[in-house]
Amino acid sequence: MLRESATFDRATIAEIQRAAETGIYDIRGGGAKRRVPHFDDLLFLGASMSRYPLEGYRERCDTDVVLGDRHATYPLHLSTPVTIAGMSFGALSGRAKEALGRGASEVGTSTTTGDGGMTPEERGQSKHLVYQYLPSRYGMNPDHLRAADAIEVVLGQGAKPGGGGMLLGQKITERVAGMRTLPMGVDQRSACRHPDWTGPDDLEIKIGELREITDWEKPIYVKIGASRTYYDVKLAAKAGADVIVLDGMQGGTAATQDVFIEHVGIPTLAALPQAVQALQEEGLHRQVQLVVSGGIRNGADVAKCMALGADAVAIGTAALVALGDNSPHLDEEYRALGSAAGFYDDWQAGRDPAGITTQDDELAARLDPVAGGRRLANLIRVMTMEAQVIARACGKAHLHSLEPEDLVALTIEAAAMARVPLAGTSWIPGQGGL
Amino acid sequence: MAALSTSDVAVEPAVVDLSFTGVRELNAALHAPDVADKASAWRVTSPAGRHSIAVGLDAEVDVRIEGHVGYYCAGMNQLATVTVEGNAGVGVAENMMSGTVRVRGNASQSAGATAHGGLLVVEGSASARCGISMKGVDIVVGGDVGHMSAFMGQAGRLVVCGDAGDALGDSVYEARIYVAGAVKSLGADCVEKEVRPEHLAELAGLLHAAGIDADATSFRRYGSARRLYNFHVDNASAY
Repeated sequence: MLRESATFDRATIAEIQRAAETGIYDIRGGGAKRRVPHFDDLLFLGASMSRYPLEGYRERCDTDVVLGDRHATYPLHLSTPVTIAGMSFGALSGRAKEALGRGASEVGTSTTTGDGGMTPEERGQSKHLVYQYLPSRYGMNPDHLRAADAIEVVLGQGAKPGGGGMLLGQKITERVAGMRTLPMGVDQRSACRHPDWTGPDDLEIKIGELREITDWEKPIYVKIGASRTYYDVKLAAKAGADVIVLDGMQGGTAATQDVFIEHVGIPTLAALPQAVQALQEEGLHRQVQLVVSGGIRNGADVAKCMALGADAVAIGTAALVALGDNSPHLDEEYRALGSAAGFYDDWQAGRDPAGITTQDDELAARLDPVAGGRRLANLIRVMTMEAQVIARACGKAHLHSLEPEDLVALTIEAAAMARVPLAGTSWIPGQGGL
Repeated sequence: MAALSTSDVAVEPAVVDLSFTGVRELNAALHAPDVADKASAWRVTSPAGRHSIAVGLDAEVDVRIEGHVGYYCAGMNQLATVTVEGNAGVGVAENMMSGTVRVRGNASQSAGATAHGGLLVVEGSASARCGISMKGVDIVVGGDVGHMSAFMGQAGRLVVCGDAGDALGDSVYEARIYVAGAVKSLGADCVEKEVRPEHLAELAGLLHAAGIDADATSFRRYGSARRLYNFHVDNASAY
């Protein structure tokens, strides 16, 4: 009988063979693929005798959220807590960015730029646009800063906390190169640290500069990749952030080393309670809003984030799937690229049959931004309604009224990370109890 | 602290004393859509090392700051001419788009970081990472620059009339670097290049624009060898 090694399984052997053949690490898109404790490991305790549920379709369950009202003159007022995460033009086609803007605006939520600056497609279609301020400062323009509705200072992302961006030469077309002031076709390496500040004391001064430039009108977000979350959130809040965006290791990337994606950072579930604790200890929970991303897929994930103390979530991979990424009808084309529908992650390669993660004009033309935007709006509506269904079942008239007491965990690991009891017990690992 | 009123600045040059007026009020006045109509020349006194002075300007005004400034003075400048009659803290003229920023004294780290255009003149010396990730700005330094200057410089020109520290031009893209003095070491993929007549003319123009009297023929030119533009396993040790 053939016996496969658990240590040297076929995937591991194939990667060793690939590395030996090519001499370069594997680069891919997406987030961590390994199984980690996640929101699926939590369950809600619906109301019964000890709690009153709300009547579905009759009693209100609000979903609106205000982001950035700590210091900014004009905070964002969103209809749903499901926002669109930062994704760059360059990583995505212009039509994909337009579709994201259309879908988000249709349901009253925000989109976010990425490395490389702001495109007319995105600004034109996004009612609420968050402008990322990244270490590379590619395409960084004060006019765009002023044209944005909020500013997001990016320290890192969940797929690669501690790492800089990457965009391979096949996606550095004339337009992308022009926006980023790079030669066409280079393998772009983005800096991992900001060029003009280091550490929380400097960040406070940098946030002050951004506020001065925009006359204190715009909310300032700070985005961190989940790693030392408790300390990072405390420092970001003390530095003056209005909103903290926390991205767990399941959060996607357009292009990063597989070893980085799978082995650096912590799961979203493990990071979220740390962030809430940090804000609570500073007396800033709900004053500094918390946006959570990294593996948010449905309304249950949204509701669980809310219950654990988040104010909003951001979706990236799920949004791309809504636009048409990994669609079954493209299976034959994915297979021609050595992949298959449901598995395609070569977002770095620029040959996306769905026309989303590409700068090839012919491929990009395959995506109808109006239809794509409609599908994204549908997804966000479904996610929002699903979260409402759960909140009503827990007797809550607003998604933000969900609380940890509404949750239990299916596994000891999830119970310890989420700091909720193991189902059927009162035991929260690490916190005593029976 | 009261906001600046039109009457405060009706006489040119408008004078703002930061002992009595906040940076917020100064910047708000400089951001007014009609700022150049109110006063095209401004004097800022008693800066006392405050941060974010005269940031985000977007008009053809002349701002003279009489003293030392903290972080990010003249950050993201467009069109304006800003002169610091003293030393400048971290990130002076960071991400400048156009206009001119002149520091009469020395500048701290990251002077002109990521700047896309305009002219930055540091008459004294600049510390580490001068011109880091520069994207089109021209920077002329009368004295020395610290380590990692022009790191990942994408476009623009950096002129150093004195010496340069370690790892000059590390991972540089298309920025051009001229140094008159000694270079302690060159960074990854940065090499010395031939100075051709067009470079001498370019350099002379930059020195003239900066108001610095130096002999263009005494400079050496550095730039990217372009060996790291696309990943190759044989260059792995350089990454």
